[in-house]
Amino acid sequence: MMGAIPVEHGLILAGILFSLGLIGVLTRRNIVFVLMSLEVMLNACGLAFIVAGSRWEQADGQIMFVLILTLAAAEVAVGLGLIIQMYRRFQTVDINVLSELKG
Amino acid sequence: MMLLFYLAAVVAVIATVCVIVQTNIVHALIYLILSLLAVAVIFYTLGAPLAAMLEAIVYAGAIMVLFLFVIMMLNLGQNTREQERAWLAGRGWILPALLAAVLLAQLLYVLSGVEGMSAPEQVGVMAVGARLFGPYVLAVELASILLLAGLISAYHLARKPGAEDE
Repeated sequence: MMGAIPVEHGLILAGILFSLGLIGVLTRRNIVFVLMSLEVMLNACGLAFIVAGSRWEQADGQIMFVLILTLAAAEVAVGLGLIIQMYRRFQTVDINVLSELKG
Repeated sequence: MMLLFYLAAVVAVIATVCVIVQTNIVHALIYLILSLLAVAVIFYTLGAPLAAMLEAIVYAGAIMVLFLFVIMMLNLGQNTREQERAWLAGRGWILPALLAAVLLAQLLYVLSGVEGMSAPEQVGVMAVGARLFGPYVLAVELASILLLAGLISAYHLARKPGAEDE
């Protein structure tokens, strides 16, 4: 029996993944990439919950992960619907094109 | 288990970096699937088997297939046959294949059941299910309403304009 994984390392990993997702959201201009980076961030949040749940050996961490999973599924469905609509109207997936408000 | 955790963590970080620096959208998607599978391995090593299975089935399976369908619908990659040939000739497949091979090796290592590598302290499916339908039953109902709202709005948003009249 090897020692348990230190909780700090799990949280550090979650932080790294979250930061990578944030960098992706801030730097990419293709909206599909932005949505994928959002998925990475949500996934990192779920990882943090799982780490905490395994640290205290409670089931609540996994339950929060299941709820985050539901949220991610709904978010992706709506987001992809919006992307399809955006592509139909503007023929592009560049989010800078949408920066002008027009009546 | 420690070794599995750190290997999977390295795979996840490398794959995620590849996701945000890729210019080819389908490549990025494959790297994202790889990253999610690596995180599923991490969940297993942390003693959360139900979360690991859900990560592999729902995230890496269903949600990523949704992405793939939309990318196909948008038809962002033209001239796919020539591109495909060029990709297979190039070296683009080596890194993802290597990372996936690491995950496969971990899977085989776990399945072979090496002695002295007892499973981590597990919070099993039973415990999670009992709490999910006990104290958290309201959250489950709210999640189902959220999914229904997502379903309806995705259907409404992705509809072709002008189809309202029918």
